[in-house]
Amino acid sequence: MARPRLGAGGQEDDLNIVVCVKQTPDTAATVTVENGKVTWGDAPLVLNPWDEFAVEQSLRIKEAHGGKVTVISLGLEGAREALKQALAMGCDEAILLQDPSFAAADTLVASAALAAALRKLDPLDLALFGRTSVDSDTGVTAAQVARRLGWPSLTLVAAVVAVDPQGRTIEVERMLEEGRQQVRAQLPAVVSVVKEIGEPRYPSFMGIRKASKAEIPTWSAADMGLQAPSPAVTWPALIAPPRVNTHCEMISADSPGEAAAQLVQRLMEEKVL
Amino acid sequence: MADRIFVYIDHHLGEAVVASWEALYAASTIAASMSSGVTALVVGDGVRSLAEEAIAHGASAAVVRESPSLKDFRPELYADVVSGVLKESRPEVLVLPTTGRTRELGAMVAVDLDTGVTPDAIALEVEESAVVATRPIYAGKLLTKEVSRTRRPQIVMVRSRAFPRPTPDTARKGPVDVAAVTPGASATEVLGYRASDGGVSLTDASVIVSGGRGVSNNGRLTPPPEITDEKQQEIWRAHQGFELIRQMASVLGAAVGASRAAVDAGYIPYSNQVGQTGKVVAPDLYIACGISGAIQHLAGMRTSKTIVAINKDPEAPIFKLARFGIVGDLYEIVPALTEAFRTQLGK
Amino acid sequence: MEFRISDEQEMVVRMVRDFGQKEVLPIIREWDRRQEMAPQILPRMAELGILGICVPERYGGQGFDYLTLGLVCEELEAVDSTLRVVMSVHMGLNSLALLQWGTEAQRQAFLIPQARGEKIAGFGLTEPGVGSDVAAMASTARRQGEDYLLNGEKMWISLATKAHHILWFARTDLGSAGDPHDGISAFLLETDRPGVTRGDIHGKLGVRAGSTGWVHCQDVRLPAANRLGEEGEGFRIAMSCLDNGRYTVAAGATGLIRASLDASLRYANERRAFGRSISGFQLIQQKLAVMVQSYEAARLLYLRAGWMKNAGLRNTRETSLAKWYATDASFAAASEAIQIHGAYGYSDEYDVERYLRNSRGAMIYEGTSEIHQLMQAGYALGTRKDAQLRCELPAYDPTYWRAPGSAPAGRRTT
Repeated sequence: MARPRLGAGGQEDDLNIVVCVKQTPDTAATVTVENGKVTWGDAPLVLNPWDEFAVEQSLRIKEAHGGKVTVISLGLEGAREALKQALAMGCDEAILLQDPSFAAADTLVASAALAAALRKLDPLDLALFGRTSVDSDTGVTAAQVARRLGWPSLTLVAAVVAVDPQGRTIEVERMLEEGRQQVRAQLPAVVSVVKEIGEPRYPSFMGIRKASKAEIPTWSAADMGLQAPSPAVTWPALIAPPRVNTHCEMISADSPGEAAAQLVQRLMEEKVL
Repeated sequence: MADRIFVYIDHHLGEAVVASWEALYAASTIAASMSSGVTALVVGDGVRSLAEEAIAHGASAAVVRESPSLKDFRPELYADVVSGVLKESRPEVLVLPTTGRTRELGAMVAVDLDTGVTPDAIALEVEESAVVATRPIYAGKLLTKEVSRTRRPQIVMVRSRAFPRPTPDTARKGPVDVAAVTPGASATEVLGYRASDGGVSLTDASVIVSGGRGVSNNGRLTPPPEITDEKQQEIWRAHQGFELIRQMASVLGAAVGASRAAVDAGYIPYSNQVGQTGKVVAPDLYIACGISGAIQHLAGMRTSKTIVAINKDPEAPIFKLARFGIVGDLYEIVPALTEAFRTQLGK
Repeated sequence: MEFRISDEQEMVVRMVRDFGQKEVLPIIREWDRRQEMAPQILPRMAELGILGICVPERYGGQGFDYLTLGLVCEELEAVDSTLRVVMSVHMGLNSLALLQWGTEAQRQAFLIPQARGEKIAGFGLTEPGVGSDVAAMASTARRQGEDYLLNGEKMWISLATKAHHILWFARTDLGSAGDPHDGISAFLLETDRPGVTRGDIHGKLGVRAGSTGWVHCQDVRLPAANRLGEEGEGFRIAMSCLDNGRYTVAAGATGLIRASLDASLRYANERRAFGRSISGFQLIQQKLAVMVQSYEAARLLYLRAGWMKNAGLRNTRETSLAKWYATDASFAAASEAIQIHGAYGYSDEYDVERYLRNSRGAMIYEGTSEIHQLMQAGYALGTRKDAQLRCELPAYDPTYWRAPGSAPAGRRTT
């Protein structure tokens, strides 16, 4: 899409970046099923740990090239906490996406909402995501948003090698099972990041102050000109795997080789491997 | 009539990933209830042989779509091709293995066809002609069943090693539909590949193999004659033991850990220490070799999903915490296990 | 009355907790054993702005309130007491004294670089022969024209060898007549002045990963402009400094109780004896319950003191009460935590023995528990009354604290 090249400060190199985050329960929380719903007791809700890496990378890119980072989240009122955490880390603006039609969202709905928000924030250069969220853990939303927008999808990025605002390209290293893949793509692009991208910074005290005072607008589906699709996926049952009473199963056989084979078979049967 | 179940065969530069055959197996388990065969779908450049391999692994037919610009995996182009094939053939279900590539691919095809996508399925069942997948959520603390009741095709990605690999039968034959495709332009260019940096970190590892005091316990080992100091001989023996552990870890893609006793005795650096003073770990699988199971070590690894203990002493406390145990000499058991893992994982 | 901290304070607490957990906890045992301060601690605390947390922005600080200082100290000491000791001497005893008693010139010269973490600050009151009996101090500051000549030795000085600035107390009235309480003055001493020598003290029972030492002045020449407050005001200044120092000690000791409690809960849930988890035994449960009680009480006491500071209310009594209570309770809690851990508590493989060793010092410094008991009895009996001070710690005003004001960037003191 043809776009004017002026970013936030009107500088040639300025990049307009959006980072998409989610609020999730703390990973240390005990999660169980109560009345058919997931519950984590009074464990705190936090910024999805993977998204902290995405926020960090967004800020690094902005620091290198100039520009602006907007953090957005699809969630309920409580998600403002996650947005504030991102603001405290250094994001410039935050927006909450909230609408009744986003309840019971599957990734089809979530990606549609996020894509609509990104269209509204266009012209953009980059949309960053964490590789997955620690609750639903599908890891597909970033790619789906990219598909909806027609932007390149660069998931599982372990390193951003170069961003060329003039040439409108980004070069990254992705983590595949077989090793690292080096890819160059045109901007605007969707990027999802993994831990190797670099430790997220702490929020600064100044950032904390700014964040707690920040006005965070809410965008509804109508605000984004979106007719939210109906979800394709439903979840008929939730299962809390029973805490296995550790009765140790001793493997004994005539030879080490046999014992080994037996153990491996049991591990496969128990879906441990 | 086209099969109602398609299985996407994931590959890296023309070499199939083992998980693709597991996906075929998974598909075959539901094929019966859906009275359908399973068609393998292969996309790439010079990937014809994968069609034959797929049929050998249980597919009844195969569809191959090729183009030189599909040599490297680029999700946008692959999704264009796959969505095109599905729009034409209209299967009920598309099964894929879950890999970094297929997660993107399945995601995009789901958007193209306005349907749901379920990654990391560990079980599949058919209920009223819909495929219900079970997948882990909240880091595996819970499982959820997921189903796309009305939208078609249903896109399901099965998790690695959740399903067994079928034994290939090269005598199997089936129709293979090969065609060239002309994908559009892409905004992405693959520049190259390189091996991953370093090993697996203890805190991130999903599998850990750990060694304890017992790794130096092998009287049959003779240290080289230049090592005369008793303590140094003990450390040399320990290094041999840890080498066996490293080999097992390598096959499993695991990190290497150690008990405080092993670290204090100088067998291995402190950075490998698991336990109260070292790192607290929560892998899916923790294999403790020659570790007795003192409480400080247990504190560091007790939240492991599954613990396997190997120890000469049947009374070792670690067996109380372990899910599986083998009483034996780790110098025999560990290499035997490494071999068994190697065979199972096809490495 | 709102018994809740603000969202902003929650975020600060979380950030400091993360810093402690990620950067200090993994290395603290090693440095405690070495009896050295890890070299990155002070620079990191400076970099993150912790060293200026409640100093107004115009003086290079982060502009948070006194309550936040307490909350930060609780988090720091929950990881290790040495982190909180830094805050006690740098912020509590020195920087806040500059805010309370300093001239504008002194704030510009000393407070700004301290708040920015460019200079580290310490407090020089205690001497080899003088602890509780402050008025009997032997250090002298002899007036010579526009200068003072400092002589004397201070001991048990935290950050002695690391501090750039030390708030030094000395006798300026060298006659024998007159109340000794009125003969002491306070000085802002730069430790790189000729005649200043310093050294480390090792072999302490606790706070080993910190830096404690002695400072000696031999004919050190200081301009009169470096005198804090008026001549003869030193004793009152010192006592008012302690109101802030011991506030951080109270908050920190509260964090130490929490650390003992958390460690004990973890261990009690893991350890089994007589066929079951020891958390099921009533005597263990009693110890845990007492820890909860003392944690909550200590926390309320220091938070009240912090609230009073915010409100500009004199809080000598309340701060003394909080410090006495929390420090005694933290020693008891750590001791019980060791008991719960059994033999493992006796080993430095677990943190609880370090908590015990660290907690013991706080019962001695910043006013011994005995001194505080005398103070409290004095207040209760009416024999002790707080005299009006010439300068009070300013009440917290967010507009003043958070206005950028005139603190220039990158300014250094000579």
